[in-house]
Amino acid sequence: MKKIDSTKRYEKLREAVGNGDVDRRTFFGLMGSAAITAGVAGGAMTSMARMAHAAGTELHFEGWGGVVSEALRKYAFAPYEAATGNTVVDATFGGENEVLTKIKAAGGTAGHNILHSSGVNWYKRWVDAGYGVALNEANIPNLSNVMTAMLDPFRKITPNSLSAVPYDYGTTGIAYNTKYITEAEAKELGANLLLRKDLKGKIGGWGGDWANRAWYGALQSGQDPNAISDWDAVWDKAREHRDLVLKYWSSGAELMDLLAKEEIYVTEAWSGRVAALQAQGHPIAYIDPPNGLAWMESMFVLKGSPMAEAEELLNFMLDPQTALAVASGQKYPSSLDPTKVDMPADVQALPAFDPTGKLDSLVFRDPEFWNAQEKAQSKQWNRVAKGA
Amino acid sequence: MTQTDPRALKLLSPSLAFILAMVVIPMAFILVYSFYENIDLAVDRAAFQFGNWQELASDGYYHAAIWKTLRLSLIVTALAAVLGYIPAYVIAMTQTRHKWLLLLLLIMPFWISFIIRTLSWIHIFGSQGAVNSLLMALGLTDAPVAMMYNEFTVIVGFIHVFLPYMILNVYVSLDGIDRNLEPAARTLGATPWQAFVQVTLPLSLPGLAAGGLLVFVLTGGSYVTPLILGGPRDFLFANLIYDAIVTELNWPMGATLSFTLLALLGSVVIIYSRLMGLKQLSRALS
Repeated sequence: MKKIDSTKRYEKLREAVGNGDVDRRTFFGLMGSAAITAGVAGGAMTSMARMAHAAGTELHFEGWGGVVSEALRKYAFAPYEAATGNTVVDATFGGENEVLTKIKAAGGTAGHNILHSSGVNWYKRWVDAGYGVALNEANIPNLSNVMTAMLDPFRKITPNSLSAVPYDYGTTGIAYNTKYITEAEAKELGANLLLRKDLKGKIGGWGGDWANRAWYGALQSGQDPNAISDWDAVWDKAREHRDLVLKYWSSGAELMDLLAKEEIYVTEAWSGRVAALQAQGHPIAYIDPPNGLAWMESMFVLKGSPMAEAEELLNFMLDPQTALAVASGQKYPSSLDPTKVDMPADVQALPAFDPTGKLDSLVFRDPEFWNAQEKAQSKQWNRVAKGA
Repeated sequence: MTQTDPRALKLLSPSLAFILAMVVIPMAFILVYSFYENIDLAVDRAAFQFGNWQELASDGYYHAAIWKTLRLSLIVTALAAVLGYIPAYVIAMTQTRHKWLLLLLLIMPFWISFIIRTLSWIHIFGSQGAVNSLLMALGLTDAPVAMMYNEFTVIVGFIHVFLPYMILNVYVSLDGIDRNLEPAARTLGATPWQAFVQVTLPLSLPGLAAGGLLVFVLTGGSYVTPLILGGPRDFLFANLIYDAIVTELNWPMGATLSFTLLALLGSVVIIYSRLMGLKQLSRALS
């Protein structure tokens, strides 16, 4: 069951228009129809749907929205529901801090079961906050196909058991419009492409994550992002970038919209979202600068969830047929080991795909270093972003 | 000395209990939380200390945000007053039998999500929006003109969303004015403009003030509009509350900022009620 409000629905539709998937006449027609349908049929259909789903167990899933959620719904949740009779209620979040705020405010995890969690640092945060579980790996046999390189960072944090299964990985590199920036320019400048003064007002940036901004500030100030010693230099670079930025985007949909509509020509971007834009024919190229930011995502099970059903869903999602279909749909490589599972050509062509299964070429955040900085530096970033 | 009728208190008690449970007690919790100490992200320690309040008092970052919020709220209120008075006057003075239709058109935007109405400006002012498409089609410009993500679009977004509150208040005020007063002023030698300025406008001031109060307070407490339509430097005080609570997971500081905003906007309401009373407001909202 897809839980989606009218605003999200509109954003999705707007994203599709921006990408050229829907013409304007159809767009306005759909908007009108949606309003009428919501008014007339919304209440009755919701009640009926609830009755229909009352038989199985409900699992509440929260993820990143856009093409990622669409792929999960189509290739994982819908087949899972059909096979088991359970229901996956999937919603989207702007970030995991949003979910943590809700859980803290509610005083419990009711209504929150599985998160599409970003990075090992968030795994550590959830576990440290006492929201982790001990998965019974015997119920998730498909875990044996997952890359050891992706399992190890999680096992390092919780050596005795896992609270999540690694699911995909990607990079936050730089997307640029090839009509205005050449490949040679992009390669030559690397992270400093985001500081090109002649592109003032046509540069974007992700505003939702202080660590992303700091990572790029470290690269631009010539520091190792996992061992930053001069934070002032990092934020000076962030200020330099801020003064050139049109807008800090806060969601994948907004990123795609800004690039597709040519509001911005260059921004750091999530590899999968750029791959989705490229598939739609937009003249957007993508580079990972040296020491560019890589991340791995997991399916994190929160304390209080129905464990047997959650493990069943995770095993279903890690089934090669499901996982590879999701990877192809969401445009992020799967956590499955390419040396154990045959990867289709389109998955092998995805940005950041590592055929060795060792991920040696990617640089991830060290959670010990980054989590220790977060309290002070996330506050600093919020100030810098607003002109301080 | 007047004595309160005990029956009035009994009749009011359900409402008072509701206000106590839903407003006063939660606000008290927020105030108490502002004295707690944030140890780490999402980890707070119950305490009675003034660290958060001291930070608020001594940090220019927060003062600048308060000033920015008041300035933007005043600009939006003034523009809404000017832009809202005209349609309110037209609706109030029209002789058509279909006045209800004009009022319906006025409240129709409320049926659409606030966020969707805000997002719609991207389709108007964006690089590929209606205005730029028109300018390019007319040959007035070769490339899209940058109009989005600045203070101008934030103000436009606010006015779009809050203007109906101003119009409704002014309309209610104008509708209550005796229709014979303006003609009477004319028969005494006043020009149409003088009759309006010296008779109608002063009598409609309570509505204008009530609309102004609503627009000011609603703008001052907003954070979504600058987030969607603003650039990096376009933010209000409420955006700092969002940062503290959601991104920094520092609830004690978020509580301190929330209570400050409540006190600031609450004091505006108190000043208004002292000067104007709240009757006009309740008439417009009822």
